[in-house]
Amino acid sequence: MDAPLTWIGRNIPRLEDPALVRGEGRFVADIAVGSRAVVFLRSPVAAGVIKAIEKPELPPGALIITGEDVATLKPIVPRLARFNYVPIEQPILPRTRVHYVGQPVAAIVAATQREAEDIADQIFLDIEPEEAVVDLDLAAAPGAPIVHPMAPTNTIVEGRIRTPGLEAAFAGATVVELDIRSRRQNASPMETRGGHAAYDRASGRVSLHASVQMPHMLRTGITDCIGMPEADLRVVAPDVGGGFGQKMSLFPEYVLLVWLARRYRSTFAWIEDRRENLIASAHSRDQHHKVRAAFDDQGVMRGLDVEILANIGAFSCYPTTCGVEPLMALAEYAGPYKVAEYGAHARGITTNTAVMAPYRGVSRPVISFALERLMEVAAKRLGLDPIELRRRNLVTQFPHRTPTNMMLDEASYLETMEKAVEVAGLPAFRAEQAAAHAQGRYLGIGFSVINERTGYGTPAFAARSMEITPGYERVEICMTPSGEVEARIGASPHGQGLRTALAQIIAEETGVDVARIRIIHGDTDRTPYGWGTFASRSLVISGGASKLAAAKLAVKLKRAAAVLLQGEESQVRLEGGMALLPGGASISLDAIARTVYHSAGPISEKIGYDLNEAATYDPEGTFSNACHVAVVEVDTETGGTKILRYIVVEDAGRLINPMIVDGQVQGGVAQGIGNALLEEIIYDADGNILTGSFADFIPPTMAEIPPIEVHHLATLTGASVLEAKGVGEGGAIAAPAAVINAICDALEPFGIQLFDMPATPQRVRAAIRTAEETSP
Amino acid sequence: MSEPKTTVRCTVNGQAVQADVVPRMSLADMLREEAGLTGTHLGCEHGVCGACTIIVNGAPVRSCLMFAVQAEGAEVRTVEGLADGETLSPLQRAFWEKHGLQCGFCTPGFLMLATWMLEQPEPVTEERLRHVLSSNLCRCTGYTNIVRAVTAAAKEMGKWAESAAA
Repeated sequence: MDAPLTWIGRNIPRLEDPALVRGEGRFVADIAVGSRAVVFLRSPVAAGVIKAIEKPELPPGALIITGEDVATLKPIVPRLARFNYVPIEQPILPRTRVHYVGQPVAAIVAATQREAEDIADQIFLDIEPEEAVVDLDLAAAPGAPIVHPMAPTNTIVEGRIRTPGLEAAFAGATVVELDIRSRRQNASPMETRGGHAAYDRASGRVSLHASVQMPHMLRTGITDCIGMPEADLRVVAPDVGGGFGQKMSLFPEYVLLVWLARRYRSTFAWIEDRRENLIASAHSRDQHHKVRAAFDDQGVMRGLDVEILANIGAFSCYPTTCGVEPLMALAEYAGPYKVAEYGAHARGITTNTAVMAPYRGVSRPVISFALERLMEVAAKRLGLDPIELRRRNLVTQFPHRTPTNMMLDEASYLETMEKAVEVAGLPAFRAEQAAAHAQGRYLGIGFSVINERTGYGTPAFAARSMEITPGYERVEICMTPSGEVEARIGASPHGQGLRTALAQIIAEETGVDVARIRIIHGDTDRTPYGWGTFASRSLVISGGASKLAAAKLAVKLKRAAAVLLQGEESQVRLEGGMALLPGGASISLDAIARTVYHSAGPISEKIGYDLNEAATYDPEGTFSNACHVAVVEVDTETGGTKILRYIVVEDAGRLINPMIVDGQVQGGVAQGIGNALLEEIIYDADGNILTGSFADFIPPTMAEIPPIEVHHLATLTGASVLEAKGVGEGGAIAAPAAVINAICDALEPFGIQLFDMPATPQRVRAAIRTAEETSP
Repeated sequence: MSEPKTTVRCTVNGQAVQADVVPRMSLADMLREEAGLTGTHLGCEHGVCGACTIIVNGAPVRSCLMFAVQAEGAEVRTVEGLADGETLSPLQRAFWEKHGLQCGFCTPGFLMLATWMLEQPEPVTEERLRHVLSSNLCRCTGYTNIVRAVTAAAKEMGKWAESAAA
């Protein structure tokens, strides 16, 4: 059997998949089958005072838990170490007031979910409604109803930056102003939230299996709220059916489940339904930006000044805090462009709505929507081609320091765009577009150039002044006495194929076949403390730590081989499960492992008594980048948009498993297309959600998503020990701008410019109607 | 508060199954809770997402929208019945090889719907594939690799037809 020359860069079919295609995955609802069920009674009003919770007669074994019963539980209080941040307390269950529709008010326990739901229906919940404030702009306006008394302007977090020359940059310049609106979204993983808390009477410990992205953080957060020893809680993320950021946060439901398990020394499960998920899990991207940009007569952007409002909902999410959206927007607004002078004022505004939490890309889909709309509108004002305008403004010299002090490492902003223009066949498209227009059809093409900050460790999070500063990852690697490799990681993948990618990295270093490598993750009893999987970080950081740990293991194996083969350590090569010397002497790694553990004598002097190694990696971060192109046809009768072609030219540096990278990009693009065209959580003025099912909040299907072509460039950077950059979010970041730019290009004959996403058929039709009414 | 139960007898993946169920129990819940077949996943329980798709008497069905008692005497097929022992079905293998899944939660529903489609007499074109499979939601893959996987399986099974030229 020929050993492969390299494991890196190969499309290894995923190690995760055989169980999943057989239906043998273990998701939390599978573990919960047969357990006593917990159902949450949720507030039907957006703001009000709890007057009474009248309980019905309960069948044996059933329970109703209210805020009074859990008064000893500490609230969730995420903190930023900033003077302009107001910490607000999120109760596990409220005793006096409710703050949004969907807030859990009571927990009902019964033998089955059906019975618990019946009991919930019989509870008389008496809440005296108060005036709610739902809309972002209304909440930010003077005199608005106040959501939390400690934040009298409804501003929970605020940030400002202003470079000294900003005003001068605008003097005499061509000034372009945009009003950008992004509507509220729900990440909508296919698996909802859920947890299963089991009490072990022998040890007094609780095992919580939960559909989460950050099991270690959750453990700390839950035990802080309960005031129990952290060591008495084990958190396990089993198979997790997608997260996209929604499953990062600590939710009251999980605290309550663990409390129940300890209080009643029993096992309880809560599996969220889709309506709850849409209403009460976490939302995102409800933002309003006012953008002013100054261009000189050469089309060079001299200044950028933005006013950012983010609706953070009723409470601040833990651990990222509600700063995650507004402060990221403030820090990363310049994107891939050179911005000499910069000003930003960002505010997180609290409202009587569900809690905002990170969602794939966080603020960057909105930022890139704003910047890429800006390029189009400014080009028109300046009489320049929009591609040419981007050429004049993209960063081309690296490293590049942004106005907010981020260092952009080596990347290919210009090159990906030029390649995308070429792949898209822009001149040919323009001819096709004109021919179609002659037949009354409206085709358009849209571009979007983005960078994506990935794989950032504690330095980046510290800059955000988070009390809890995530970032590093640790990998503990071990060769068993039988020669398999186990790697225990702090990251917590949930669909990204990380087990496969890390196995490839470890195989590359150690010469052990990927089939004999086990990646152990998502279990606080078995893995080192780590931050989980989010923010396009795991391949870079956990992968980097895997490489470093595996390299140390390889040193040990070579040293042992040198002893056993009586050769030079520096000449030992590890390949195909063997340690090889140039002269042909060899020994299997299995034999080395047995010898180390079972015949320790002579070798122990050189390498000790085990084959365990570990490494921690905490990088500054590295920026991947991409240019996306959408080609669309807009039906001017219905306002509907059909995407005819979608092209991505991306640069993620060295690809470990290109098939997985393409999958990440394609999945992100589909979410971005959903964000651009369809998905919108809608509240009425009283704070009731009108989009409580997938028939109302509409993720795209195969009918809406065209084949997504992915092309690669590879800029290798020293900012990552693997020379790999993250790719988790880029698809979602770039797609809304590309799609809506394409719609505007298609509607150019009407002079329509859209600044509100999603560009639903209703919005597009309204714009066409307005254009038709105002044109002669 | 003990609800009256009804006995349901059906076959699931060729095995006789008998369960005493409350009348309001869905077929999906019966499969998961009574038959121990947790491969059928519940993504929305509104009949929209298709994660719970199974095959009942030769037709694809949202098992969240069908009562267990309606399956009396039925022939039910679920994802657990697709593989022949250790050997994956061509469609399962294609999903693996073409990276047609990421988190894997929606996968059983897609596999069952596509299995049904591939068993129909009419050939599979890209139009038909997209039309049929647009019944189900996937949030991870962006669908590109699901189309590739089903296409590859259809070709392997001799079910593929190139679309009529546009």
